[in-house]
Amino acid sequence: MANLATKIASLKLDNPTILASGLMDEDAGSMKRIIDCGAGAVVTKSIGLKSRDGYPNPTVIELETGFLNAMGLPNPGIKDFEEEVKKIKQSNCVLIGSVFGSNSKEFLELGSEMQSFGADALELNMSCPHAKGYGVEIGSDSKLVKEITSCVKDSIDIPVFVKLSSNVTDIKKIAMAAEKGNADGIVAINTVKAMKIDIDIKAPILANRYGGYSGKAIKPIGVRCVFEIAESLDIPIIGVGGITTGEDALEYVMAGASAVQIGTGIYYREIDIFNKVCQEMNMWMNDNNIKKISELIGVAHK
Amino acid sequence: MNKPTITKIIKTQMETKDIKTLKFYYPGKMSPGQFFMIWIPGVDEIPMSASYINKEDKGITFKKVGAATSALFKMNKGDKIGVRGPYGNGFNIKRGKTLFIGGGTGIATITVAVEFAANKKFSSDVIIGVKNKKELFFENRLKKFINKVYVSTDDGSKGYKGFASDLTKHLLSKNKYTSVLTCGPEIMMKQILSACKDTQFQASIERYMKCSVGLCGQCCLGNGLRVCKEGPVFDGKTLKKIPEFGVYKRDASGRKIKFK
Ligand SMILES: Cc1cc2nc3c(=O)[nH]c(=O)nc-3n(C[C@H](O)[C@H](O)[C@H](O)COP(=O)(O)OP(=O)(O)OC[C@H]3O[C@@H](n4cnc5c(N)ncnc54)[C@H](O)[C@@H]3O)c2cc1C
Ligand SMILES: Cc1cc2nc3c(=O)[nH]c(=O)nc-3n(C[C@H](O)[C@H](O)[C@H](O)COP(=O)(O)O)c2cc1C
Ligand code: FES
Repeated sequence: MANLATKIASLKLDNPTILASGLMDEDAGSMKRIIDCGAGAVVTKSIGLKSRDGYPNPTVIELETGFLNAMGLPNPGIKDFEEEVKKIKQSNCVLIGSVFGSNSKEFLELGSEMQSFGADALELNMSCPHAKGYGVEIGSDSKLVKEITSCVKDSIDIPVFVKLSSNVTDIKKIAMAAEKGNADGIVAINTVKAMKIDIDIKAPILANRYGGYSGKAIKPIGVRCVFEIAESLDIPIIGVGGITTGEDALEYVMAGASAVQIGTGIYYREIDIFNKVCQEMNMWMNDNNIKKISELIGVAHK
Repeated sequence: MNKPTITKIIKTQMETKDIKTLKFYYPGKMSPGQFFMIWIPGVDEIPMSASYINKEDKGITFKKVGAATSALFKMNKGDKIGVRGPYGNGFNIKRGKTLFIGGGTGIATITVAVEFAANKKFSSDVIIGVKNKKELFFENRLKKFINKVYVSTDDGSKGYKGFASDLTKHLLSKNKYTSVLTCGPEIMMKQILSACKDTQFQASIERYMKCSVGLCGQCCLGNGLRVCKEGPVFDGKTLKKIPEFGVYKRDASGRKIKFK
């Protein structure tokens, strides 16, 4: 049995698979189920200061090789989310709290709350491709990324990760800004901005028109982003985008990721995808005589 | 593929003042209790159980309650809607005597299940419950498959005066049933569950839905049970372990809303 344990900053995980933000993580029961299916950690849905319904349906549709979504950051608001965090933390799992705001003050307030509820780390969502005033609108401005990250880092003790989008000219530059703001790690990537038009209706299907593409199709984009970031940064990276198998996860690890997140893969391989991916990584490592996952992090750079 | 297929409405039927049936071309197999996501372009996409299941076409029967159902209500033969699905598990309808109970718009889902049982020559009784007789629908359709249709109205304007759950208790004490299958207000279904001691129980649950393919987590209850995928029909054993059953649901933002 190969050793799959990994470390991201001070966060220790039994295995490198993490539930990605926004899928099966609106309540404690769902996150518990994911943990029971073998995930090394879970990220909560991105939470804001006030409750938001998100966009009207259709919010999610399937395409040839992935899914397109424009949820619009639905969430019950940080106050109502307290009981979910406290409940899931009773089961002694590693919980990463995802938050979104429109400025450093909001991010800081949300981060402090998440920390006080008991989250083990924070993920700052600066990459949602379809919410006005949030997400990538912030995450494409390296000055803002640095400012928000350092503001949160100054007052927060748990590790802080910054989640980035591939929808920028130079993701290295943004990642470097986060590192300069003292981020403890980078999460890459969020969904890729995309659209689907129905030719009978002659209009986009998603109510928000634009959405974010996830699943198999975006894996090469995610792997490229992780590789580029790893070339220029020293802090750990969490790779995400299109992972459905152990081989996919290993690709991200070799590009430079210390851990991976899985979202849409749940559709293709059901909820126990976390166990399956770990088993497949383990098998490959045994076959290739690799004892520890850490031996593989970034090997593709040589 | 889980994206809407555009189809045309081939027939409409008024059931009551504010309940309507739309039938549309949508070939394929499905089970009673399964549902579709119905897209009304420019308005919304909402979950709707099948109320008619034929080889080539399907039907939905709904009450006008808000923007999406009002837009559907205005539709006529020839109008276009988008349909994806069917989704969910559906009822497990078995041999033996079944008591079906439909409350309110839940009558739509229960009726197609009764039709399925009748086609298989399974024996069944059915209760349909509404507040006032003006809201009653599918009574005549049900009478085609079943000799006696029990009706309950809260105000006694027709049939048994009182809740469908009280009439259920009465029938359970008089007759022997192998199983009880129900769809309707959650509080009604919870009361029926507690009356069901040894009788097997299945209920179709409604939760706010977005993806309907088991990804987004919007519809989850208990320990991550997805109503769109592991449901919408759950058995009594499962429901007894879910503390929020009959107590609260979540709105589109994920906030808890208590049932009244
Ligand atoms: C599996 C399932 C099967 C259903 N089958 C039927 C049926 O056969 N007949 C029928 O009349 N109704 C059915 N419903 C309920 C129906 O989906 C709602 O009445 C409809 O969505 C209301 O939309 P609206 O815009 O008209 O009203 P709104 O004013 O938007 O809402 C009225 C109520 O409907 C709920 N609702 C709105 N959008 C959704 C959504 N996306 N998912 C779930 N609930 C929603 C709201 O929470 C609210 O309680 C079913 C629901 C589910 C989950
Ligand atoms: C339905 C859905 C909702 C999502 N919600 C969020 C969110 O709230 N916050 C966030 O940072 N990312 C969100 N994402 C992006 C995922 O966390 C992930 O970055 C992306 O889907 C790529 O990974 P995947 O291909 O494994 O799904 C969402 C993705 C999907 C499909
Ligand atoms: S509606 Fe998305 S998981 Fe059920």
